Amino acid sequence: MTMTSSGTAVVTLPTDTQILITREFAAPRHLVYRAWTTPELIRRWWSGGMGKVTVVDVDLRPGGTWRHVMVTDEGLEVGFHGEYREVVPNELIVCTEVFEGMPDGADEPAVCTYTFTEQDGRTTVTLLTEVATREVRDMILDSGMETGMQAGWDLVEQIAISLR
Amino acid sequence: MARAATTADAFNAVAEPRRRRILDLLAGGERPVNDLVAELGLAQPLVSKHLRVLREVGLVDVRDEGRQRMYRLDGRPLEPIYDWVRTYERTWSRRFDRLDDVLEELKETETGDDDDE
Repeated sequence: MTMTSSGTAVVTLPTDTQILITREFAAPRHLVYRAWTTPELIRRWWSGGMGKVTVVDVDLRPGGTWRHVMVTDEGLEVGFHGEYREVVPNELIVCTEVFEGMPDGADEPAVCTYTFTEQDGRTTVTLLTEVATREVRDMILDSGMETGMQAGWDLVEQIAISLR
Repeated sequence: MARAATTADAFNAVAEPRRRRILDLLAGGERPVNDLVAELGLAQPLVSKHLRVLREVGLVDVRDEGRQRMYRLDGRPLEPIYDWVRTYERTWSRRFDRLDDVLEELKETETGDDDDE
């Protein structure tokens, strides 16, 4: 439990090529949006403590591009980039996202939709990631990313326990 | 059925909310099909159709017990989904925790700014 008691992330699969993550923050929307879109603030959270952020480029307008790069503690460089499609300040960001470590052939970028809604001074953020094809999804799956944390997806969690 | 064919795998099977509900029910243990029909409030043919999809991807097993068909959950096909989702969930959870800290600071700064206005 933290003092600020922000929510736990809730993860669902609306379709077989989408992941939806929902998370509440104990802060008003304009601050969440600011932290989400200001390079020097992104630098402080985007690596999730798994490395050092080395590049944060943000050209926040439709048609503008973004690129974030981090170097993990093991010295591995991890980069993502994409293009903004829709930007409604404090409310909505739609952008594409390409993982630079993906093998060639996965050039169909994922589309990410971020929404920000405020109620009683708290903000709910939703992140909808939609991969273009099942092949891309399977490549993400096969990219051997780290595992080991319990998922917030109740069904899977429950069923994983009963694996036979 | 005029519906686009989808490749049968666990991702597709659980993308349908009522099929997730069936899995939830079966997570509590083996059940006869009538139980599922009663719990879901859906017509039996529809429930059977969902069960067939789940069977095709290996998420449920069925056996006959006397005159009843008993359905049982097999969670193993969910492991790829679990891995896929966990990748995102893990990364974002860590980011969110740090974002909380950044937001605490922004809130303090903003409160401080109000004094200057």
